Amino acid sequence: MSTTIEETRLAGVPTVVDRKGPVIFAVLTVALALIVALAPQPGDTTFRLAADSDFAQLPALTVPSTATAWLLVLACVLSTAVAILRYLRQRPTPLWLVVVFAVAWMAGFLTWAAAGATIPVVGLLGGSLALAVPLVFGALGGVLGERAGVVNIAIDGQLLAGAFAAAMIASLVGSTWAGLVAAMLAGLLVALVLGVFAINYLVDQVIVGVVLNVLVIGLTSFMFTQVLAPNDATLNSPPRFTALPVPVLGEIPLIGPIFFRQTIIVYLLYALVAVIAWGLYRTRWGLRVRAVGEHPQAADTVGIKINRTRLRTILLAGAIAGAGGAFYTLVSVPQFNREMTGGAGYIALAAVIFGKWDPIRATLAALLFGFASNLQGVLSVIGSPVPSQFMLMLPYVVTIFAVAGLVGRSRAPAAVGTPYEKG
Amino acid sequence: MSNPVTSQDHPPAEPEAPEPGRMHGVLHKITTGGTLVAVLSVLLAVFFGSLLIALTDERVRETAGYLFSRPGDFFQATWDAVWGAYTALFRGSIYNTRAESFETAIRPLTDTFKFAGPLIAAGLGVGVAFRAGLFNIGGRGQMLLAGAAAGWVGYQVELPWPLHLTLAIAAGMLAGALWGGLVGLLKARTGAHEVIVTIMLNYVAFYLVFFALSRQSLLQAPGSANAKSSPMRESATMPKLLGETYNLHLGFLLALVAVLVVWWLLNRSSLGFRIRAVGENPSAARGAGIDVGRIYVTVMLISGALIGLAGTNQVLGTVTSGITVDLDAGIGFDAITVALLGRSRPLGILGAGLLFGAFKAGGFAMQASQDIPVDIVLVVQSLIVLFIAAPPLIRAVFRLPAKEAK
Repeated sequence: MSTTIEETRLAGVPTVVDRKGPVIFAVLTVALALIVALAPQPGDTTFRLAADSDFAQLPALTVPSTATAWLLVLACVLSTAVAILRYLRQRPTPLWLVVVFAVAWMAGFLTWAAAGATIPVVGLLGGSLALAVPLVFGALGGVLGERAGVVNIAIDGQLLAGAFAAAMIASLVGSTWAGLVAAMLAGLLVALVLGVFAINYLVDQVIVGVVLNVLVIGLTSFMFTQVLAPNDATLNSPPRFTALPVPVLGEIPLIGPIFFRQTIIVYLLYALVAVIAWGLYRTRWGLRVRAVGEHPQAADTVGIKINRTRLRTILLAGAIAGAGGAFYTLVSVPQFNREMTGGAGYIALAAVIFGKWDPIRATLAALLFGFASNLQGVLSVIGSPVPSQFMLMLPYVVTIFAVAGLVGRSRAPAAVGTPYEKG
Repeated sequence: MSNPVTSQDHPPAEPEAPEPGRMHGVLHKITTGGTLVAVLSVLLAVFFGSLLIALTDERVRETAGYLFSRPGDFFQATWDAVWGAYTALFRGSIYNTRAESFETAIRPLTDTFKFAGPLIAAGLGVGVAFRAGLFNIGGRGQMLLAGAAAGWVGYQVELPWPLHLTLAIAAGMLAGALWGGLVGLLKARTGAHEVIVTIMLNYVAFYLVFFALSRQSLLQAPGSANAKSSPMRESATMPKLLGETYNLHLGFLLALVAVLVVWWLLNRSSLGFRIRAVGENPSAARGAGIDVGRIYVTVMLISGALIGLAGTNQVLGTVTSGITVDLDAGIGFDAITVALLGRSRPLGILGAGLLFGAFKAGGFAMQASQDIPVDIVLVVQSLIVLFIAAPPLIRAVFRLPAKEAK
């Protein structure tokens, strides 16, 4: 396999430009071209660009399916060509090109899949964001933990604990903010257990994480049946965060309704992504966190307290993931239900890996996964030729490819999963 | 990823040998830790379970309101709640003291054996992987595919009884083995971490089987709108061992056979030696001329086959009315706790499987008679594993000496 060569290359010196970007582009482009060529879908595709409540109504966009699909295939071909040219000049495929390619490819695919039907673009993208919000919170928690060298498989447990605590406390106190704080504390508590076992008792982090997920499922389901369900009115009917449209931004056609007519939790998320991305790479704190995750020995010799840094980071990560859990019960569904995260924590984990342990990329990956699961919902409503199960499978398959090194290289922080004992 | 560890200056943790790799130190500890720690972990977990039962009990909370005026009521209520729960657990899992005849009284024990069968088989699968230093969380996916394959043979093929059943079981184990082997192959060839791959493959398997079950042309029962296949043919079902009154079926015996086979494999065969060598220290094993990648693939094939056996147990033995997407019934994850509690030893897994089988059988009885949600079993199980994985914690709680006599 070529990977063994790459292993040695990685261990050696400067990285040679990865040719996987252009290759993947080419494969996907050919696949799309084949789909459009072999199964042409007659008719027109309509993209509804405005929400009903919009101030400025954009007209719906109706295009002939086959012709447009071919046009978008052409756009994919062009992006691929650019990527190949850049590769030949020894330059990596930039993120913007990936985004351009992804949008063109997706639009082409949608045009083909929804021939003869209408795609509510705002609903599709807005729904994706709604599905992606907990994933992004979870992924940020995962990125932080793993950057500090602690594998956080317990993201799912933190989300679930957050959802549970938010529902219960918000119902009791009657305040959404109390719910949000409770959710963060619940996530923090799960992280504390993870930290104590993994850092103090040196138990394998993966085992603790998996077991914690089961423990949280057991605890919340038990409490739900035993306490919440019989006292539904007092303990499980939390108030909800209402959407707060941002004055000017919210009126931008297409973008406004999707991004700027959201609840406060989503705005917090935007800020959080920016702060973490900046903090991790531009501050002393971030440098320390990364040092602890990459080379604890070296960090220790310059006086960074490894285990204290790890514990603090993992607690922060837990609080963030817990806040994501609050989104379930304080925004999506105003009620807690057993196992309501449905394994979202594992998708968040997938986003961490697919996003190469980088907050921005992990956020984009989480958005992509949210989009994939919402897309299957929309496609099954308009009756598309792709079985919904395969759309739902997508994040997981993509992640397997990512960890197998087929879609670019995902390299974990060097010391991730290794407990540190002072020598 | 070597992490040079020297003996510690601080007393809290016990002195340890240097850890060769990330998973190996802990797995080594789990597989060699004392039986005493295991027993105490169970006790501590059960205690926390009791606490949870007491805290959420309606009457306990009522009486706690006037704790200081009449503390007797509070303690009585607490005792009633906990005692009621555990006696119900006992009646549901071992011997029903309220039954009229011995035949019905002993029935819970046979149920325990029935639940223990797949737990033992899947626990062995996870345990074998542990011994090679691999963490197979993919039990769910492997069981689903195994169940789907075995079930397909079970309702589709027409053969006389012993042949048909054998073929169905073989098909299931093969499917499980391939799904598991894929993980080993990815690990050996690309270094993909098996934990991530197995988690992801669980979902892929779920949607694959779900897809097949919602297509008439694939697995869905003809004329049905549900995601369910046709029921198994009589010739492919596991026979009941003790007559029609009891649910215990052949699956339990197969699990016992698997215990023997795995014991022989790990302790007496040369492959087992190589597996353990890789688990102890992959670099040293490689140095000794063992093809580590090949061992990874082999172990995952074996692991998947054993977990596949658990899947066939479900489809051909426990619920023969057809394949569904929840045929795994959480066993894929329970198997991890079984393997950890059994310290990855075949006999330990047998014991742990029986214990968790009893928890399962009793948990349902507890839910029925005492209104205590069966989820308490999940809580107790996961606590057991948490405690067992942290011997220093157990030693601290029970004030055991730092190093126990072996």
